[in-house]
Amino acid sequence: MKHTISILVENHAGVLSRISGLFSRRGFNIDSLAVGVTDDPSVSRVTLVADGDDYMVEQLEKQLNKLVDVIRVRTIPQEELISRELLLVKINAPAEKRSEIMTIAEITGAKVVDITTSTITLEISDRTEKLANFEALIKPYGIKEMVRTGTIALQRGADAIKR
Amino acid sequence: MKAAQAMVKCLEQEGIKVVFGYPGAAICPFYDALSESGIRHILVRHEQNAGHAANGYARVTNRPAVCIATSGPGATNLITAIATAYMDSVPMVVITGQVSSDQIGRDVFQEADITGAAEPFVKHSYLVKDASAIPRIFKEAFYLAGTGRKGPVLIDVPVDIQNVDIDFDYPESIEMRAYKPSSKGNALQVKRAAEAVVSAKKPVICAGGGVFSANACNEVLELAVKADIPVVTTMMGISCIPGSHPLNMGMIGMHGVKSANLAVNKCDLIILIGARVGDRAVRSPSFLEENAKIIHIDIDPAEIGKNVKVDIPIVGDAKLILNQMLEILPELRHGEWISELLSFKTAPSFEKREGGVINPKRFVSRLAERMPDDTICVADVGQNQIWTCNFFCMKGGRFLTSGGMGTMGYSIPCAVGAKLASPDTPVVAICGDGSFQMQMMELATICQHNIPLKIVIMANNRLGMVHELQKNLYGGNTTAVFLDGSPDFIKLAGAYGIECERVSSDDEIDGAIERLVLAKGPYLVECRVSPDEKTL
Repeated sequence: MKHTISILVENHAGVLSRISGLFSRRGFNIDSLAVGVTDDPSVSRVTLVADGDDYMVEQLEKQLNKLVDVIRVRTIPQEELISRELLLVKINAPAEKRSEIMTIAEITGAKVVDITTSTITLEISDRTEKLANFEALIKPYGIKEMVRTGTIALQRGADAIKR
Repeated sequence: MKAAQAMVKCLEQEGIKVVFGYPGAAICPFYDALSESGIRHILVRHEQNAGHAANGYARVTNRPAVCIATSGPGATNLITAIATAYMDSVPMVVITGQVSSDQIGRDVFQEADITGAAEPFVKHSYLVKDASAIPRIFKEAFYLAGTGRKGPVLIDVPVDIQNVDIDFDYPESIEMRAYKPSSKGNALQVKRAAEAVVSAKKPVICAGGGVFSANACNEVLELAVKADIPVVTTMMGISCIPGSHPLNMGMIGMHGVKSANLAVNKCDLIILIGARVGDRAVRSPSFLEENAKIIHIDIDPAEIGKNVKVDIPIVGDAKLILNQMLEILPELRHGEWISELLSFKTAPSFEKREGGVINPKRFVSRLAERMPDDTICVADVGQNQIWTCNFFCMKGGRFLTSGGMGTMGYSIPCAVGAKLASPDTPVVAICGDGSFQMQMMELATICQHNIPLKIVIMANNRLGMVHELQKNLYGGNTTAVFLDGSPDFIKLAGAYGIECERVSSDDEIDGAIERLVLAKGPYLVECRVSPDEKTL
């Protein structure tokens, strides 16, 4: 089962390598990892999607908590998850295919961010499952290159993770 | 003052009296400053042994001890010692020199990314980039190493940083928002645990190394006596209560004794105290889960439920938690259960060996009888370790060994540290001829610094435990375990000016032990042992 875990960490050098080292060392399988600074510049927030059973998640949380740089760890319950991922994709778009691609973009909520005589670059931000669907739709046109940020997430409601 | 002087000042502020190390170019500013302080520096003969010596010092004082090495190979040589301390939760502050900060990352001479390399084995580490942060970093390092689940903390200091002038102001307090070690146990959980103890018919206490970290030996004994509960120990828990105590059923596990393992297998309640249910101690945690209620007391929340499913977890300091429990527990009696176990606790009998070898179990047993009650006994790794665990009956004092990592070559440097931490206490190191040859350079350290250790080598010209394993599990294909080419240990000790003798008959044991015990200076006894001598 997939678990989305938010981690608040001290924003200084070496923290990310400590966290990522922990995953391989303890045998945790990580699907994605996204890091960025928060409104407090001394704190970064890591969003982690991991695959595993309850034992794995419990151990993952506990081991993360042991790192001196980790301020707070919280697994976001599935039903309260607001998650987004950003995807950029450059696809083959000869003149005769452009309007088809534009229609797909319109329906899926993707935005055109660049266009050339032979390619279109699209941007889409949505839940991970939606991105998979989008990718399947544009794949037949030929993907030249694609990049994704990994999931970021917040929990629904007024509650927030305390620092 | 110079940052290097500030580093030394920090150590003084932390009450450090002795440090263990090996200098090199990148740590020279620190050594320059150290020479002007009252701190005693013990020059070891290999950096790894500086780490093991600090380990022994720390375990005896129960406070963080310090070891020092230079950059590159000096630092990487420390890694095994850091990992050894980490696995046994021993508090250490490790100081390494680093190449000049403007050179870092260019693969210059004697550069190694030690904070990166040691990452899996440290509780925390610092690469100092700002000299003015040194007082804060040292304060934090000692605090981190010595609180919560103790462990090694590494401070890597580039050589140019050591030469920067800074204002020295040692912080009074620590502000670390992300580090809050737990202390008292949850009162409700303690109450549940006490109730479980009251309703248990066959309870057992399993004491691990955490009992020493929490300074909770007296509390374990008090609990055992008040509630009349038999005690078993892990290897790391040996000597937390005297081996001769009627409630002590001995060491559990793969190499443990029958009375202890039966206690674990037949109990209906086990109270794990500072023990992590490692694979060598409990082979089948699922059996335990099914057949007994489990109370687990540990300072590290990550240990709860890691290796065994627990019914009543109590996170916190074992000393405080046991005192909480003792307050509410009534006196109990489990006479029948204890006599059942005692019937399996047979007095050992030691067969005589013939043909130029002795019975090593008899030797350690006799040695334990003859040594003073407060003796610190350090066992190395291998057959010698198990013989010592099971037959060196600790009357008080302290038993030390590398339980988690099983690091060969631990005993002599650890004994060096232990002796310096407690100069009036007799310290004996017991090793094999394999492990001795991993640390024999430290005989020079013993001589140079006048450290009167008692050393016993169990010599069978084999890597005995591997040899036995190959005989039993690899169809008798004994390979790469023959120590031919070993020196004459008596001549070797003689070359260092260390008094020594060889024992090759059971009749010589008592005489040799008498001389070993009475020796004023360092003394080495080589025991000839048969290659076919069994571990158990």
